Amino acid sequence: MDALNSLMDGFGTALTPVNLLWAALGVLLGTAIGVLPGIGPAMAVALLLPVTYGLNPVAAFIMFAGIYYGAMFGGSTTSILLNTPGESAAVVAAMEGNPMAKAGRGAQALAAAAIGHFAGGLIGTILLVALAPTVADLAVDIGAPDYFAIMVLAFIAVTSVLGSSRIRGLASLLIGLTIGLVGLDQMTGQQRLTFGSLQLADGVDVVIVAVGLFAIGEALWVAAHLRRTPGEPIPVGRPWLGRADVRRTWKSWLRGPLIGFPFGAIPAGGAEIPTFLSYVTEKRLSKHKDEFGKGAIEGVAGPESAASASAAGTLVSMLTLGLPTTAVAAVMLAAFQQYGIQPGPLLFEREPELVWGLIASLFVGMVLLLALNLPLAPVWAKLLRIPRPYLYAGILFFAAVGAYAVGGEVVDLVILLVIGLIGFGMRRYGLPVLPAVIGVILGPNAEQQLRRALQISDGSVKGLVNTPFAVTVYVVIVLLLAWPLLKRLVVRPRADA
Amino acid sequence: MTTQTDNPPAPSDERRSWLRDHSELGVCVLLLALGVLVLTDALTMDVDITQRGPVGPKTVPVVVGIGLLVVAALLAVDVLRGGRGQAETGEDVDLSEPADWRTVLLLTGVFLGTAILIEPLGFPVAGALLFWGAAFALGSRRVDRDPLIAAVLSLVTYAVFNNLLGVPLPGGPLMGVL
Repeated sequence: MDALNSLMDGFGTALTPVNLLWAALGVLLGTAIGVLPGIGPAMAVALLLPVTYGLNPVAAFIMFAGIYYGAMFGGSTTSILLNTPGESAAVVAAMEGNPMAKAGRGAQALAAAAIGHFAGGLIGTILLVALAPTVADLAVDIGAPDYFAIMVLAFIAVTSVLGSSRIRGLASLLIGLTIGLVGLDQMTGQQRLTFGSLQLADGVDVVIVAVGLFAIGEALWVAAHLRRTPGEPIPVGRPWLGRADVRRTWKSWLRGPLIGFPFGAIPAGGAEIPTFLSYVTEKRLSKHKDEFGKGAIEGVAGPESAASASAAGTLVSMLTLGLPTTAVAAVMLAAFQQYGIQPGPLLFEREPELVWGLIASLFVGMVLLLALNLPLAPVWAKLLRIPRPYLYAGILFFAAVGAYAVGGEVVDLVILLVIGLIGFGMRRYGLPVLPAVIGVILGPNAEQQLRRALQISDGSVKGLVNTPFAVTVYVVIVLLLAWPLLKRLVVRPRADA
Repeated sequence: MTTQTDNPPAPSDERRSWLRDHSELGVCVLLLALGVLVLTDALTMDVDITQRGPVGPKTVPVVVGIGLLVVAALLAVDVLRGGRGQAETGEDVDLSEPADWRTVLLLTGVFLGTAILIEPLGFPVAGALLFWGAAFALGSRRVDRDPLIAAVLSLVTYAVFNNLLGVPLPGGPLMGVL
């Protein structure tokens, strides 16, 4: 009941006219940016980070939440009408949605996706309200060794679960950790990797790293391989669903979140795995198995609902443990750091207005999104025709604005470009970007917790494993690391049977 | 792999095509160099009495530096065994054509130019030049439309950040006149 009361207070925060305006703005920006080809939710949030310099935290996070959900709504429009998904989570939407659009059922595909996002987001956020305070309560006593363990888990998870190559993930993480080392040591004030430069003594701002890797790196990479003739979007009318379609999809909308939410909360790569699992489930349960691959509406509804619910799950770990499980969560964590707020179990006690305002605004945002997306889909679809030179020139432009706004220093623009070129190289050679970002954001923090834990224990390594919580986390880490071996043991007997 | 060629390599080209096929080794070299840099910086650090507790400011850089060296070696082994990093795909990415380095260089130049011009000319002018220059580099040749869009975008952004959000951007001589 406590959570319900807090949620009501949260609605009090979210429904003030000013905050409602920020939510609406976030949702609009998010949908527009999500529809734009080539810009995923992570880049959207990174590009809009500089806005936080002028806003109070509550307004900023209400807007970010709108952008996050909006970008996911918008992203499915791109996959359905253009069939060239930019991010792996949207692949599944294209698999069934695009054939539907080609067969003239684009309106139904968009409606199934939009309502799927709404249902998934709604159920996911309700689960967030129910679970987050409990998790925060359980975790409220955790100390330095536990925080360190969580961060090690984040490092291991992003390098070994995501992407096809662990070694490349690890390389990316180490690059991030190195960038995180630059500056004055937090505990002793010792200069590290500054080479005597005063500008580097403050360290490299997280905003610059995020914008450089996500925006500049991506724009340069696309520029090097720009498609001569961009894909032609399929024209579409106003989304609607007939009664027969609703009968086929309502169960899929409800099943999606059950798969999406738990996967979002654990560091398993965000929406990619749950959307695929949901797709497989829908295919198995469908009465129209023959339609799969040719445009089965359940194959759009279930996975899209799972994707939205996984975003809510992501927020559980991010808000209660400070553990970012996706790129968007990592960038939002950077935004928290800009305000000097440390997400974690104490966040719910220290910043109730912020947390519950944010959660309440998720509900507000979802209603706004449904209202925006169903009638306005044809308008949004027009964004798919934006000339690519303008699109990528615009990304570079806003990236420059963001980096310069950090401190009004020209050198930041140069650092941004250098990090962008690193991001370019990483894309070329298949080094995932997320581990580097997580390394920059969590690295300095992890070092501090490690040293604090070892100070308390007087240098004894036992100080790192003296709580049940930390031990549990390390067991999970070992399981993650051993998973490829375990999988071989588990899968083989089943294959024989 | 994007750099594979179809015609059988002539003997003199063999070395070059081997290098091109194994260009990922460059990543290993960079990681190695970075590792050496981090280790040198850490080991030449003079840690004095400021250290409290058993783990000082050196420890983590040393671990990261060694990690970089190890990863560089492991990656080199992987590449020599035939492992290849998967180049990233995307909505507007066409990997069937070789990389267009001219565009990338032009964009880099335009961006650096903006960094130099932003203080003397102010954000509205430098920003507009950035957008126009980048659009030009990316292949847009609409001389009637491009500068107009660039100017409007830059001015609106300046107004939103400087006046609405309270994030100061340099106005430059242009804003002084207006």
